[in-house]
Amino acid sequence: MRYLPLTPDDRQAMLAKIGVSSIDDLFVDVPAEARLSGPIEGLAFHQPEMLVERELTRMAKRNMAAGEHPFFIGAGAYRHHVPASVDHLIQRGEFLTSYTPYQPEIAQGTLQYLFEFQTQVAQLTGMDVANASMYDGSTALTEAVFMARRITRRGTTLISAGVHPHYVKATQTLCRFTGDKLVTGVPTLGRAPATADFDEIIGRMDGDTSAVVVQNPDSFGHVADLTELAAAVHAKGALLIVVVTEVVSLGALKSPGEMGADIVVGEGQSLGVGLQFGGPHLGLFACNAKHVRQMPGRLCGETVDADGRRGFVLTLSTREQHIRREKATSNICTNSGLMSLAFTIHMTLLGEKGLRHLAELNHARACEVADRVAAIPGVKLLTERFFNEFAVELPVPARQAVRDMAEMGVLGGVGAARLWPGAGLDNVLLIAVTETVSPSDIDALVRALTEVVSQ
Amino acid sequence: MSMMNQGRPSSPTGEVPVHLAPTFTGNRALMLEEPLIFESGSPQVTGVDLEPVPAHRSRLSGLERKGAIGLPGLSEGETVRHFTRLSRQNYGIDLGLFPLGSCTMKHNPRLNEKMARLPGFGDVHPLQPQDTVQGALELIHRLAGWLMKLTNMPAVAMTPKAGAHGELCGMLAIRAAHEARGDARKVVLVPESAHGTNPATAAFCGYAVEDIPADARGRVDTDALLARLGPDVAAVMITNPNTCGLFDPDLKRISDAVHAAGAYVYCDGANFNAIVGRVRPGDLGVDAMHINLHKTFSTPHGGGGPGSGPVVFSQALAPFAPLPFVVEEPAAPGIRGSNGVRYHLIEEETASAEDHGQSFGRLAAFHGQMGMFVRALSYIMSHGADGLRQVAEDAVLNANYILRSLEDVMTAPFAKSGPCMHEALFDDGFLKDTGLTTLDVAKALIDEGFHPMTMYFPLVVHGAMLIEPTETESRQRLDQFIGAMRTLATAARSGETARFATAPHFAPRSRLDETRAARQPILTWQPPIDDRLAAE
Repeated sequence: MRYLPLTPDDRQAMLAKIGVSSIDDLFVDVPAEARLSGPIEGLAFHQPEMLVERELTRMAKRNMAAGEHPFFIGAGAYRHHVPASVDHLIQRGEFLTSYTPYQPEIAQGTLQYLFEFQTQVAQLTGMDVANASMYDGSTALTEAVFMARRITRRGTTLISAGVHPHYVKATQTLCRFTGDKLVTGVPTLGRAPATADFDEIIGRMDGDTSAVVVQNPDSFGHVADLTELAAAVHAKGALLIVVVTEVVSLGALKSPGEMGADIVVGEGQSLGVGLQFGGPHLGLFACNAKHVRQMPGRLCGETVDADGRRGFVLTLSTREQHIRREKATSNICTNSGLMSLAFTIHMTLLGEKGLRHLAELNHARACEVADRVAAIPGVKLLTERFFNEFAVELPVPARQAVRDMAEMGVLGGVGAARLWPGAGLDNVLLIAVTETVSPSDIDALVRALTEVVSQ
Repeated sequence: MSMMNQGRPSSPTGEVPVHLAPTFTGNRALMLEEPLIFESGSPQVTGVDLEPVPAHRSRLSGLERKGAIGLPGLSEGETVRHFTRLSRQNYGIDLGLFPLGSCTMKHNPRLNEKMARLPGFGDVHPLQPQDTVQGALELIHRLAGWLMKLTNMPAVAMTPKAGAHGELCGMLAIRAAHEARGDARKVVLVPESAHGTNPATAAFCGYAVEDIPADARGRVDTDALLARLGPDVAAVMITNPNTCGLFDPDLKRISDAVHAAGAYVYCDGANFNAIVGRVRPGDLGVDAMHINLHKTFSTPHGGGGPGSGPVVFSQALAPFAPLPFVVEEPAAPGIRGSNGVRYHLIEEETASAEDHGQSFGRLAAFHGQMGMFVRALSYIMSHGADGLRQVAEDAVLNANYILRSLEDVMTAPFAKSGPCMHEALFDDGFLKDTGLTTLDVAKALIDEGFHPMTMYFPLVVHGAMLIEPTETESRQRLDQFIGAMRTLATAARSGETARFATAPHFAPRSRLDETRAARQPILTWQPPIDDRLAAE
């Protein structure tokens, strides 16, 4: 066993030191009927590295890898080019094999990058503070809804129909049990883009409204000015929670903070992390300074050591489960440390100049694809103002069109009915376009889409 | 060799001069100081080259971000250097023994890293058509099969993103099961030795939490627990092996009583490493248990995540497990590479009433921590059923070796009651009248080149020191650690307190002022005041 260093002689000598004759003597507390006398039946035995690699490689090859095909899927996870140095650096053993920095004197590496990460996220979102990460964007939204309830002491949250339906579902799951009331909308073809429900939301607000949740760009790619909505929300004493699922958009779009957000949650997977079939991703969580003591999750703060040198520690931990137990702001413990490092490295490589360029490049490519796709007979562009993702209406069911395009080697988007089953969006296709899309990829998409809509 | 010397001494002669004056840079040879990127970088600098932006008509109409964001950039070389220099201020398993109790800091095999980065796993989108991700779904299904067999439980939810998220998953299934039969129970019993996430989770999903004390042997007080059971109790959250490093022999009896009272048993599986391959929680009456893939199955802890916390369920709770999940079904003939089998991801639209209509719903955006699943399966296949059993045995052997090698110079409150499992618990009794604390010992251990043990947890003993060596430590490493601990314990008791009081002395930082950090929180970098004035 290549990972186990003890030899049979070691084991014998150690048993002797312990004062028992066999390893079974160390498991005496296990009731006799639960003790297994040998390896569990029906399971394979250990294998050499080469054979494990062979078997896993076989499974990996059965998947269509995004980078090997014209690729236009988004809807909450975006494929961007990650510079080679990011993956190299996060594999340094001192980062990869460390843990939550409980001993700050020997974890300044982790703590300093967390402080840098928190600052970058605050700058990007236009907020005062950010925490050291959550699991992903969807769980970050759930936490934000609970945080708003703690701040406002009100029980109802209104969620725009443009918010990613998986985020809404994840939040509904918990609210069903906690008694928090969620009022959600479902987008319809006539009302796409879903930001059309802002007026309705404003009309619904009352004295029990804790927060209003909107996404920008929304799930149809539509970008909106949230300034008026924010003012209306604040006039009712409620909080505005803004969801950002494509963080690269913040290099081009007015930040949620500039538009009046109180809490910003988001998915940071676009920078440094990759697709990974949905996880691990990176939850972002930012808010205004006055609400920091109601935040969930870890926070890193600056301080000094006994010799007066600057250093960093985890702080405000009286909010957290390991101190406060059942009175904690959240039960989160392990979060997305290594993903926040990947994000910070990628963001550092880009800098503001690179991020703005990257965002502009995404937008320009998306504009080109939108123009080309809208020119296909029978295809109608539904999103007028967008960043790097938009919705189109096809003359045929979109989910089948996606499967047919995949047969032609093109991963051409997501059928909206996969996200909103039964909402009458059967013919709506969501198309995301990042800097990774090449001119020949665009040609391939147009060819494939033209063919499937003419069938 | 001699021609290279040219009269220069090639080995130290006489006294090495000790130069304690500060250096110009603040560096000390390989101990390198590093500024924040906000101090060394500039918004005008970038370490990436991107294609030129083609001409286009903007669709952002009026929503463009105009003001400066302030994000600094560094060239690629400086970026690599910045993060490499930071990494050197960190301790990791790759550097040495990391005996952080209840965290299972074992070796992270590099094959697992390589496998997770195969494009077919790492570069796949969660919303691709299912026929284009059959290998990914197969992998999830295979791992799920291992987890069910290793625990003898009939169902598993793969989506929870870490241990605490797994606890939430388990407790939500319990709530859903009670609600399905119209039973509005409000109380969850949690032993006081439990990890803080247990009570936090129960409260997070709307339960009132009541503590159950520990008995004199470090186990949950079974009589107190059984006496508290009643029609208002929804579940008991129990950790076995527990956070004192002890196996609770009463678990089956507790489970039977809990079930008889109409409640469920949630088991915190954080300490599964002690029993994997030797004991199956399903044989002890457990209804739900999360498995930390980043502990038992070696996925890297990464400085605080990502984790992954699949939850195994008993038959009673299986119908309430969350969406989405993977099932295996016969494939239509002619599908390439299918071997007659197709893997189907059941999402909301396909979860019909008769099929999975009682599911409590979705826990997160997508299908779970795929990157961690690949690593965990790679680890499991490498070990096999025989190797996993050896893992538990060696982990328990190593912990008992430490316990018996230190109990004469430290105080082990439960050592008399028998062997420990995979971690050895000490308290601060041996520091009585020395003026020293558990924290002092931990900081002195840093100077010896080790990561300290878990301190002040569990709460059931005073000044706890919880040591979990794991099975991947050799006897030589253990002996070196034991030697260091014995030296420190002896020094503490003989009044040699100077080495403790201001420790660590040789780390990148001396003790940090946590009180100051909390009183005047500085959570983001702020530009120097001069710059701020200039910007206005």
